[in-house]
Amino acid sequence: MSVHEPASMQPSGPQIRGGGLSDASRAEIDGLRERYPTSEAILLPALHIAQRQWGGWLPDEAIAAVAAELDLPVAKVYGVVTFYDLFHQSPVGRHRIRVCNNLSCQLRGAEEILEVLHQELGVGEDEVTPDGRCSFVHFECLGSCDTAPMMMVDDDYHESLTPNRVRQILKRLR
Amino acid sequence: MAAFEPVLTKNVGKPEALTLKGYRQLGGYEGLTKALTMEPDAIIDEVKKSGLRGRGGAGFPAGMKWSFIPKGKDKPKYLVCNADESEPGTFKDRLLMENDPHQLIEGCAICCYAVSANTCYIYIRGEYVKSAVILEQALKEAYEAGILGDSVQGSGFKLNMYIHRGAGAYICGEETGMLESLEGKRGQPRVKPPFPAVVGAFGAPTVINNVETLCNVPHILTHGADWFKSIGTDERNTGPKLYAISGHVDRPGTYEYPIGVTFREMLDGAGGMWRGRQLKAFIPGGASAPILKPDQIDIKMDFDTVAKAGSMLGSAAVIVMDETTCMVRSVARLAKFFNHESCGQCTPCREGTNWMELVLKRLEHGEGTESDAQKLLSICKNIGGQSLCALGDAAIGPVKSLVDRFPEEIEQHVRERACPFPQPRYFENGA
Repeated sequence: MSVHEPASMQPSGPQIRGGGLSDASRAEIDGLRERYPTSEAILLPALHIAQRQWGGWLPDEAIAAVAAELDLPVAKVYGVVTFYDLFHQSPVGRHRIRVCNNLSCQLRGAEEILEVLHQELGVGEDEVTPDGRCSFVHFECLGSCDTAPMMMVDDDYHESLTPNRVRQILKRLR
Repeated sequence: MAAFEPVLTKNVGKPEALTLKGYRQLGGYEGLTKALTMEPDAIIDEVKKSGLRGRGGAGFPAGMKWSFIPKGKDKPKYLVCNADESEPGTFKDRLLMENDPHQLIEGCAICCYAVSANTCYIYIRGEYVKSAVILEQALKEAYEAGILGDSVQGSGFKLNMYIHRGAGAYICGEETGMLESLEGKRGQPRVKPPFPAVVGAFGAPTVINNVETLCNVPHILTHGADWFKSIGTDERNTGPKLYAISGHVDRPGTYEYPIGVTFREMLDGAGGMWRGRQLKAFIPGGASAPILKPDQIDIKMDFDTVAKAGSMLGSAAVIVMDETTCMVRSVARLAKFFNHESCGQCTPCREGTNWMELVLKRLEHGEGTESDAQKLLSICKNIGGQSLCALGDAAIGPVKSLVDRFPEEIEQHVRERACPFPQPRYFENGA
């Protein structure tokens, strides 16, 4: 039997520099090996684990560490990292905000939610606030169209938003 | 319409369904228990007889798909459950996973037993963290109770079930893109044939079914194929169906109806139009489906009727737009989506989706020309049927229907050199 808590997108702490994968990350990756017939198939879960260790993004050293751990070429790992929207190659805020502005959310005011974030945080999309607290982006459909407009803060969905609710949510983020 | 008892969503809103004990008390795992007393082929026949068609978008008969898997127990086989729900407008699978995880596990287990697959991966889109956590907890309970593991309910059939999280890519909902992603690669779809039933995950025969499709299976086993067939429009459109309705309706949400409910009934069920406005257009099956006009309000929402009307039921994600909606702006947003999500492998799709977004954006900004409508059709023609997977064809659906069904709106954008619709404000004074 093998049951594994899904790797959260929540960073585990301050960004770690140097030293490669932590013992905890390596143990987590090792725990996945029996699930798949190839070690290559562990790549996506391993990248989720590494991204959490490195504070929400994947600097070159994280990519190299994962490649070494799974015995894969670094170029191959880069190719995978660049393909997926949830893997980041530049620093992000401690809290990452994703606002869906696909059609269903656009039809219920998503653009105004993005405007509020821009005003309140004082940064543009994909930029990090000077205190490192937040970054925000617009995102493709997050599967919560019945509660539009909505946004995701780290792992959590915040639904049926209004500008004032967004302001309240931002206040709670440290 | 006669009173209809929900099937797939009957446990929604009952928190006890999250636990194994509660799910069992609600009648859960009866389908699996029954299945384990049957010959695997008899299960496949029952599912075939039920007429269950795939709920992920393509509507392929599920029993038929299972029957393509080579027989025998000597080689590994897999079930991959497609929980990569990413079609804009679709949110029904999330509801099923977050509210009734054991229903999905039971459906997966029955399918695995029927095709002799000892491993099942549930591929969940990376953003659905909550679904993954809830399913992990349910899997843990199922293992502890002997429903999964070395001997499923003491039958001697071995089954391991794992969650595999994606990382944000719509194309991984395409079945071969999903297999590539599962194997740790970029999610670029494969050339078919060979089909996954022959060469699927890790080179082995693989069934790929959507969450909702698999959630139907325990009920087919428990109540029988004849019961299933008694729900719906006709022989080709059977069973209960989840409709995810969003946009300008009063009560957006996931609604369960017999497949083939009319759009009008569904709209009424969702409280009618938002703020009492007029219906202008609706998309019957997610971002990939051509847009329909109000003259189709009485359309039966089943696979074949919607196809006949020049659109598709797809994942039954119904997006409703009222009279204040700019169709050019709406379709430009969908074009942006397809441009972003094109995997880049096939030139017609990679380049074509980019051009569609550019042309639609310039139209929306009042910078379009009289030839742009023709240009859009020409791009559609050059994408259609020219790419490896269905994303290219999906991308042209909304664009073509915009040019064909709303030509006057494009003309107005060009003539007035601006979008004729004021940018809607949904919140008063920024509150």
